[in-house]
Amino acid sequence: MAENPEPVPGILLDETTVYTLGELGRASGLDAERLLRMVEVGILDPVGGSERRWRFSGRSVVRLQTTLRLQRDLGINLEGAALALDLIDELAELRQRTDRLERQLFG
Amino acid sequence: MEYKDYYEILGVARDAGKDEIKRAYRKLAHRYHPDVSKEPDAEKRFKEVKEAYEVLSDPEKRQAYDQLGSDWQAGQSFEPPPGWEGSFDFGGGGFTGFGPEEFSDFFESLFGGGGFRQQGPFGAAGGTRTGTWGGPGGFTGRGEDQHGQLEISLEEAYQGGERRLQLAVPELDPQGGVTQRPRTLNVRIPAGIRDGQQIRLAGQGSAGPGGGPRGDLYLAVHIKPHPFFRPEGPDIYLHLPVAPWEAALGSSVRVPTLGGPVNLTIPAGAQSGQKMRLKGRGLPGSHPGDQYVILQIKVPKPETEEQKDLYRQLAQTMAFDPRANLGT
Repeated sequence: MAENPEPVPGILLDETTVYTLGELGRASGLDAERLLRMVEVGILDPVGGSERRWRFSGRSVVRLQTTLRLQRDLGINLEGAALALDLIDELAELRQRTDRLERQLFG
Repeated sequence: MEYKDYYEILGVARDAGKDEIKRAYRKLAHRYHPDVSKEPDAEKRFKEVKEAYEVLSDPEKRQAYDQLGSDWQAGQSFEPPPGWEGSFDFGGGGFTGFGPEEFSDFFESLFGGGGFRQQGPFGAAGGTRTGTWGGPGGFTGRGEDQHGQLEISLEEAYQGGERRLQLAVPELDPQGGVTQRPRTLNVRIPAGIRDGQQIRLAGQGSAGPGGGPRGDLYLAVHIKPHPFFRPEGPDIYLHLPVAPWEAALGSSVRVPTLGGPVNLTIPAGAQSGQKMRLKGRGLPGSHPGDQYVILQIKVPKPETEEQKDLYRQLAQTMAFDPRANLGT
């Protein structure tokens, strides 16, 4: 593709961005079966009762991408990746809290 | 170009077995994986470790690398020996899950752009994408997603804007080798983006093999430290220095916010560390953040006798014991 002078609008992957199962499949290139497995083990956490009504937040895409990297680089299975993702989130939260407390203590 | 000592990078002996190399890789990968590690050079270290493992875990590549001999020192200036090209056939490997852009010039000079395996070090688990065989072009599949970092100022995060990015996108040439294609992209940054959030640019990743659709480009946003504002999610924190009399008597002071200065009323008797909220003055968004102002009382140093007298007068008049509750 040649130079692209037109600004490319990015989609912000936060809670306000919503994907259906089909859209998530297209965005990730993964088939429905693998996405269902990711829901099953808790990597993806859609809202909505049935598969047809499932809605995934932009954060799901970030979790999905991280899962693919962890699988590829570390050979982690899906259950392990789900656990790793939760621990990574918790670690980030704790790091943030430590930073905040350190700043309060030492200025 | 610098010689890379792959054995040293993995911390194994030159005669290490396959399992030992795998164990060393796993250990270092856990430590430096950019999704987990917060060490400042984690990404660089992880790339080195991956590259070392890519070579040492593949018998052919390891053998070729070993033929360079053991006299080389890491960082030593290196050129491939004459006749190196063509003595090994690493071509036609296609993409590894790692993405060829991750490897060093040293690797490229030894193994070329085609020296990648089809899969990541642990098989296709992470890299398999849906695709179809058949048609005039053979295999048609979706291109690889690309990942990048975007460092922006806090002001850019607040206002949004455009950023020109220079990218090297790896693409398959008709012979199946990998070429780096330079691209310039103007990326629109949404106003109110927060540190650590990601932007997805649909269809801006690598081209798909056989004319398949392009992958996506993911940009992780990092907000550069600001001299006085500190973002925390959508909220902004500011330590505001105030004079003792401003805190004691109450006052109205000018406070900077990302949207411009505002007047803040400090109540009489305010104390250091007291937190005040400026509602909606944080990063914009569907749930806009607030700005928190933390008061910091600064004590002016008396320079003249007259100024010292003022403090003495204060000491006599106030009957104030800041250590009253310490039991001394």
